[in-house]
Amino acid sequence: MVDYQAPLRDMRFVLNEVFSVPRLWQTLQLLSDTVDEQTAEAILEEAAKITGNCIAPLNRMSDEEGCRWNDGMVLTPVGFRKAYQTYAEGGWVGVGGDPAYGGLGMPKAISAQVEEMMHASSLSFGLYPMLTAGACLAINTHASEELKQKYLPNMYAGTWAGSMCLTEAHAGSDLGTIRSRAEPQVDGSYEISGTKIFITGGEHDLTENIIHLVLAKLPNAPAGSKGISLFLVPKFLVNADGSLGERNTVSCGSIEDKMGIKASATCVMHFDGATGWLVGEANKGLAAMFTMMNYERLGVGIQGLAAGERSYQNAVAYARERLQGRAPGNLVAKDEIADPIIVHPDVRRMLLTMKALNEGGRAFSSYVAIQLDAAKFSEDPVVSKRAEELVAILTPVAKAFLTDMGLETTIHGQQVLGGHGFIREWGQEQLVRDVRITQIYEGTNGIQALDLVARKVIGSDGAFYQHFAEEIIMFIDSSGSSLSEFTVPLKEAIANLENLTADLLERAKADANEIGAASVEYLHVFGYTAYAYMWALMAKASLGKESQDEFYASKLGTARFYFARLLPRIYSLSASVKAGSETLYLLNAEQF
Amino acid sequence: MKILVPVKRVIDPNVKVRLKNDGSGVDLDNVKMSINPFDEIAVEEAVRLKEAGEASEVIAVSCGGHVCQETLRSALALGADRAIQVETDCDLQPLAVAKLLKAVVISESASLVICGKQAIDDDAGQVGQMLAALLGWPQATFASNVAISEGLAKVMREIDDGVETLEMRLPALITTDLRLNEPRYASLPNIMKAKKKPLEVVAAADLGVDISPRLTVLKVTEPATRKAGILVEDVTQLLDKLKNEAKVI
Ligand SMILES: Cc1cc2nc3c(=O)[nH]c(=O)nc-3n(C[C@H](O)[C@H](O)[C@H](O)COP(=O)(O)OP(=O)(O)OC[C@H]3O[C@@H](n4cnc5c(N)ncnc54)[C@H](O)[C@@H]3O)c2cc1C
Repeated sequence: MVDYQAPLRDMRFVLNEVFSVPRLWQTLQLLSDTVDEQTAEAILEEAAKITGNCIAPLNRMSDEEGCRWNDGMVLTPVGFRKAYQTYAEGGWVGVGGDPAYGGLGMPKAISAQVEEMMHASSLSFGLYPMLTAGACLAINTHASEELKQKYLPNMYAGTWAGSMCLTEAHAGSDLGTIRSRAEPQVDGSYEISGTKIFITGGEHDLTENIIHLVLAKLPNAPAGSKGISLFLVPKFLVNADGSLGERNTVSCGSIEDKMGIKASATCVMHFDGATGWLVGEANKGLAAMFTMMNYERLGVGIQGLAAGERSYQNAVAYARERLQGRAPGNLVAKDEIADPIIVHPDVRRMLLTMKALNEGGRAFSSYVAIQLDAAKFSEDPVVSKRAEELVAILTPVAKAFLTDMGLETTIHGQQVLGGHGFIREWGQEQLVRDVRITQIYEGTNGIQALDLVARKVIGSDGAFYQHFAEEIIMFIDSSGSSLSEFTVPLKEAIANLENLTADLLERAKADANEIGAASVEYLHVFGYTAYAYMWALMAKASLGKESQDEFYASKLGTARFYFARLLPRIYSLSASVKAGSETLYLLNAEQF
Repeated sequence: MKILVPVKRVIDPNVKVRLKNDGSGVDLDNVKMSINPFDEIAVEEAVRLKEAGEASEVIAVSCGGHVCQETLRSALALGADRAIQVETDCDLQPLAVAKLLKAVVISESASLVICGKQAIDDDAGQVGQMLAALLGWPQATFASNVAISEGLAKVMREIDDGVETLEMRLPALITTDLRLNEPRYASLPNIMKAKKKPLEVVAAADLGVDISPRLTVLKVTEPATRKAGILVEDVTQLLDKLKNEAKVI
């Protein structure tokens, strides 16, 4: 396996040349003082160094070793503690955190790149700081001032970690049915009881304390999702002076043995009358969780991209060196026993598919990150509202499409290595196993697709969709003829999506099953169309520079490949969407 | 006590170096550049001395074009207090750099200079020694351990037959070896602070020294590629080859 080299050049290209983000930062008062192009550059360089040198080398062995449960304690693999400490001391856990409580206040456009590097180095490792950042976001947005002051500084500093305890054995996608309970106490705290499963980082040895955010029901709460509240439950209670006190009655019963991300502890967590505090309003816990979900879901999408990137780097290095077969036509390596496999059309198809999907995904996740920043930092309410609505519709696409493409790309990356792709030593099979979970947790991709179609497209009566479509049409109309090889097929793609969306809005009125029947393929059509927009933007930023620098020549070549070979997938997917739900219900449950 | 640390912008050690087609030098177009690794060790050592209370200020200096400011920001992010860029577009050779640095050392009244033992691009390994000579200061090169107290520097250096310990009175100059320390990762807060730390630009022309090149590069070529090994038949053949072909015994 080659060492992971963070794709800094491409990140810089996306941020500075495609989206001119530094210019945007200057216009946002809250950001202009914190960050500029040079600072961003320095941050990305250092993140590349620390993830590449300090975390990436742990990835392989930590997969072999996994986590170990011992009498309620969880031991992370060799090297994790030291690497985590280095990472935390560098301030990376709080990179996007609120400066009022010791966070660094960096925009998502930057932290998204940092996350990609971290996850590419090790998905398992990356989850610990990721969950902490997610918990911080929920606390910062919804908790009382007192809780914020008590918990956030240590969490941003990485001395305490966070976890998100939603899932129960009988309640995964459908959290409305959870059974964990919270009893109010006279001192204003709550006693939390119940068992949560699949809790990432519920217990580990990386930090001195773990702050759990737990969904539970208050006595007499309304049934279903409108009766769920959010609680903060620390592993160790925290004294008034900030020192650690008694151990709370929360414990880890076991950890799961699983397909991938073996170095991430997936815990069964027991809450036995554990002391906790309400975060946000009673019965509004799910809503509170959802406000931070946009950040988390984008983060999971970026995990898919990260695995694809690492797999690509390995695959390219291998394809350049592995000698096998002869190129059709001319011999390439005359003095060798065979040509390097990178000459073969099918190997090129796989490598280019990976490259096009990775770079398209990087541009798209950065684009969504920029919208998150505009929503958060813009002082113009019109801009901020539009950005928020764009985020709402693009987030489920980013989560599901980037992770679905993550599986596709890591499988291509495995295939390029032939038999060696199946052998553990080369690392490619681990990436396939590790990336697989990203399609499942943080809301399965099926649930993401429903969210996109039912809540975002139909729920806004097409209005959110229109923001995105209008932006693309405006881009096409303002681009000159030099770009037409990209804008013409993009225009056809957006017309196709437009047509599909209108059709779906119409059919959903007649039959609610149409939504679920169409949603996954619709999301994919949306994703490929969004990537087409990204590739057209990237082509625009590269055109005319291709003779100065190979980077741009490679970009343009990849853009052409995307439009010629990947974008057409939308037409077969669209045919499936249009086929409707009818054929899904020809069999009754016994006939399966 | 002020410590002055010269830092050089060089090709990143992880980059595969390519030559220009005309053999006139190394291709630097769109190549990732970084702070010279030995200079990073020098900055780290200086910052540690400051943290230990032995130094009052750490000043990073780099000579060259505007792009050197990136390298200086790296040094600032690692903990240097302020930076000076000696601005020039001239092709700088070791003696010229030493002369420029001498002027800065004097104007800053620094009492310790810590340099990298060499820059990984040209591998000349001369600036430190020349600078000490120009200043008339004692020097301890290739340091693997440094301790300073009461105006005395005790420096250990790894030499062929063990470790040599030198003691010298400040002001003095030290050059760093690889094992002197392991530089820290710059923390995010320090990266952000680096942006606000003072960075002064001084025109090389104002320092009144002659920096015109004195050496001419004739040609730059790739090192010869290594030949494949062979299996020897027996010990006699091995000895023969070592003696007569490799000429090592
Ligand atoms: C390694 C790992 C780490 C995890 N980390 C965490 C964590 O930190 N915190 C946490 O709270 N949870 C965590 N989870 C739980 C994860 O979020 C859930 O597994 C996931 O949300 C799916 O829930 P489920 O497993 O109950 O599947 P189910 O909800 O039973 O779903 C089964 C299948 O049915 C489909 N389905 C369900 N409902 C519908 C519907 N209405 N329409 C269409 N299709 C539907 C799903 O898409 C899926 O394909 C983790 C899980 C794993 C495996």
